[in-house]
Amino acid sequence: MADLALLLIGALLVNNFVLAQFLGLCPFMGITKGYDTALATGIATTFVLSFSALCAHLLYHGILAPLGLEYLRIILFIVVIAGVVQLVKYYLQATSPVLHQLLGIYLPLITSNCAVLGVALLAINANLNTLETLIFSLGASGGFTGVMVLFGAIREVIDHDDVPAAFRGTPLALVTAGLMSLAFMGFQGLAG
Amino acid sequence: MNSVAQTFSTAALQRNPAWAQLLGLCPLLAVSSTLINAIGLALASTFVVIGSNVCISALRRIIPDAARLPCFVLIIATFTTMTTLVLEAFAYTLYIKIALFVQIIVTNCMILGRAEVFASKQNITATFFDALGTACGFTLALVSLGVVREILAYGTLLAGAHTLFGPTANNWTIQLMDQGLLPLAAYAPGAFLVAGLLFACVRTLRSFKKIPPPKSQSLIQD
Repeated sequence: MADLALLLIGALLVNNFVLAQFLGLCPFMGITKGYDTALATGIATTFVLSFSALCAHLLYHGILAPLGLEYLRIILFIVVIAGVVQLVKYYLQATSPVLHQLLGIYLPLITSNCAVLGVALLAINANLNTLETLIFSLGASGGFTGVMVLFGAIREVIDHDDVPAAFRGTPLALVTAGLMSLAFMGFQGLAG
Repeated sequence: MNSVAQTFSTAALQRNPAWAQLLGLCPLLAVSSTLINAIGLALASTFVVIGSNVCISALRRIIPDAARLPCFVLIIATFTTMTTLVLEAFAYTLYIKIALFVQIIVTNCMILGRAEVFASKQNITATFFDALGTACGFTLALVSLGVVREILAYGTLLAGAHTLFGPTANNWTIQLMDQGLLPLAAYAPGAFLVAGLLFACVRTLRSFKKIPPPKSQSLIQD
């Protein structure tokens, strides 16, 4: 039990995917212009990330490993992720049109979010079992969502600040992310 | 010949994938803590960009329009897999350090973007030079960030060159200072800060040269 809690906190805060491991920076820099879109992207990513990490885990250990085809994992995982994105899209379309309208445009972008593929690969490399993979991916996507929302809220404010022209927009966003990352370094030592 | 040079320079400078279009930020920040890691990833990305785009251009009449994105992604994934296998075999120490980011080259929007916008419509020669330009642009960004961060963090250049170039490179390391000025540059916060400052510098340079900012193109429209 303690191990699982450590795994969750590790993925959520200590090795935060965006600020410590540099995964998922494209949506982090591109989409977080505001709080609402950041939250919607975060939730959609959480769905896809957890589900596809689990599918990738099961397919890797169920099909690739027994056949000795481990080297095909990148190709398999990218197909799994694209498939899960489509499934989530159809599912939302059928069950919850409101949610689909809210998240719809962010869903296709998730396929090219490297955090999703990164989590699936990291879970395989670390030899996690099924439950651990689920906890790890929930922690990772929770950390991703949290940082997206925080950063979205900060950007709503700093985008209107009067800064030198060269820093306006992306450079300032990068420096801000650096300061957030500095704060997240404080979590080191909290969990292995 | 002129159009070839123009294709190359537009892809490398004006439309620089990292500095102008913000693509491939994850690997850019993650592996640029030392120059050799940056060069390693730059070589891997170059191979994947050129290989997959030329392949897509050659197959552009065969790939059905409705299923083109999945086809592109599969071709890119194939080249990425080849790259990981080659690196694992010939530069294992380096591969261990940058393994994850070599594997996620497949999700680098830069490659899919060029495939969709250029390679799927143009002939093989033009595509080759466009891909070469894109790769050089990305390499330029990786190397510039790698140089600045390695000097700031460790005061050296080309440390660990033997992990990429073999035993001949054992004494390539250049010691510029006894120790780094800013050890933080080796860590995650340093990557963001240095990239932010470099970004501002690049933007200032571009405004001197009056290079107009590229029109933002969205790749995936629903």
